[in-house]
Amino acid sequence: MMEIPLFLRGILVITGKNMRLYYTKPPVLMFGLLFPLFMFFAFFVGRHLDLNTFFPAFLAMMLFFTASSVGPLITPWEKREKTYERLLSYPVTQDSIILGDVTAGATFGIGISLLVWIASIFFIPVAVTNLGLFVLAFFLGTLSCAALGVLLASPASDSPPNVMIFSNLVRFPLIFISGIFVPLQQMEGWGLTLAYCSPLTYLVDLFNAAMSGKSAFSPFVDGGVLIVVAAGFILAARVIQKRNMMKGM
Amino acid sequence: MKVIEAGHLIKRFGTVTAVNDVSLTVREGETFGFLGPNGAGKTTTIRLLTGVLMPDAGDVRINGIDIHRHPLDAKMQMGVIPESSTVYGDLTAEQNLHLSGKMYGMPRALRNERIDEIFVQMGFSEKRRNPVRTFSKGMKQRVSIACAIIHRPRVLFLDEPTSGLDVQSRRLVIETIHQMNEQGSTIFLTTHNIEEANTLCQTVCIINKGQIVAQDSPERLKKMFATTQSVEVSFDRTVTRDLFAAEGIVRAEPCGDKWRLYTDNPDRVLKYIVGRAERESLGITSLTTSGPSLEEAFVHLTECA
Repeated sequence: MMEIPLFLRGILVITGKNMRLYYTKPPVLMFGLLFPLFMFFAFFVGRHLDLNTFFPAFLAMMLFFTASSVGPLITPWEKREKTYERLLSYPVTQDSIILGDVTAGATFGIGISLLVWIASIFFIPVAVTNLGLFVLAFFLGTLSCAALGVLLASPASDSPPNVMIFSNLVRFPLIFISGIFVPLQQMEGWGLTLAYCSPLTYLVDLFNAAMSGKSAFSPFVDGGVLIVVAAGFILAARVIQKRNMMKGM
Repeated sequence: MKVIEAGHLIKRFGTVTAVNDVSLTVREGETFGFLGPNGAGKTTTIRLLTGVLMPDAGDVRINGIDIHRHPLDAKMQMGVIPESSTVYGDLTAEQNLHLSGKMYGMPRALRNERIDEIFVQMGFSEKRRNPVRTFSKGMKQRVSIACAIIHRPRVLFLDEPTSGLDVQSRRLVIETIHQMNEQGSTIFLTTHNIEEANTLCQTVCIINKGQIVAQDSPERLKKMFATTQSVEVSFDRTVTRDLFAAEGIVRAEPCGDKWRLYTDNPDRVLKYIVGRAERESLGITSLTTSGPSLEEAFVHLTECA
């Protein structure tokens, strides 16, 4: 029983350490901040798109990129700098490290995306029709995307550039199949099947439900999928990292 | 009281058995030296003992707490200094120590007090607010040690703590180990440096090819494998090997400006040298005898196994 407070404290301290050390690292700024911003300019500026239709999707994309950009960096960076071994020798477990990494990624995602949304309400007339769903979308979105980031860092690598490349190979295709640039209602055939497989689709749909009131699925389905996906990513990261630990990597 | 207990530890990496049925016990207040050649399994063993690696079989208890069943409680008892100085280069020395203190649940006031104390002890007060990446290897190692002792651990694990350090840093590390031991901490030290183990440790354990081949006090190990002793002598002018062709001298080897004479009867050799020097009008500038060495025992055990 004594271990529960120690476990929770470990998560908190690791989260604080990650926030201090990794938020300002160039790969995080590049792929978590600049890239989604450039995507916004590329797709929205001068193209006269309906912002009411596309802003929820943009917000989901922003959240996806920011929340999933911290996780892939932390473990490979720590392994390269050989601080990972010391971290494991502190009163923490691999689970506290994974959850600390997820929390740091989620906090980064919430912070930046919230700033973008607050800034945008001054320029773009996009309403939030359901505040509860909006908060839920933020929470579940950052959690599942940050968990994806940590899962992407789990293969035994001590090379941050390799892991960032791998994570972008997974993340970039997702934004094209998740109803961000083509609404789900306009998709058909293989495109629609792929969209159903992407967790980002359900986040976009939840933001649509919260902001425009129109969604393809029930918010329960969207929320349920995001919870299952987040739990699945965390469990998969745990299994992979435990296996690496057994192998001494 | 037993502070570290390891029973039948086995760790395999693929087809290689890095640690093969290792059992050891370290008593409270003891400085325990863990020696072995490269690749013998020292670092893997220390990783198993500190909960960084999971064993394939066997168990580890720290102060009676099973580290694999209750890792957090067990790790609260210990401080670990891994092989390379593993501190956060982007943080200052002070921030690294605060992070370490937070990990052990130390309140801020206690952390501040202890950090001030450690900075004075380790001699880098003026650099406490500099990023660690700007430090020399020796300074980084001092920060690494400071991070491990901030909470005054009951057990301190050190993996090759003086490897690659300059003389000053090495002395400071050894002094810190002494101090921690005097304050009641049990020390588990892996090292390549036989002399270091000889002077620091009450018990020495030698591992080779993943198995423990000997465990005893340094003196008893030395005696166990003492075959020859040596006499070192230097004269005020150059002499040839012929001078040492005498009964009792097994072998004579030049050693810098001295000669090292291997013998199983140092007393007889000493008398011979003094007599011969007198007859030849040679001035003896230095004359020392060396007893059986731990190095000899180490080489014997790790070569024969």
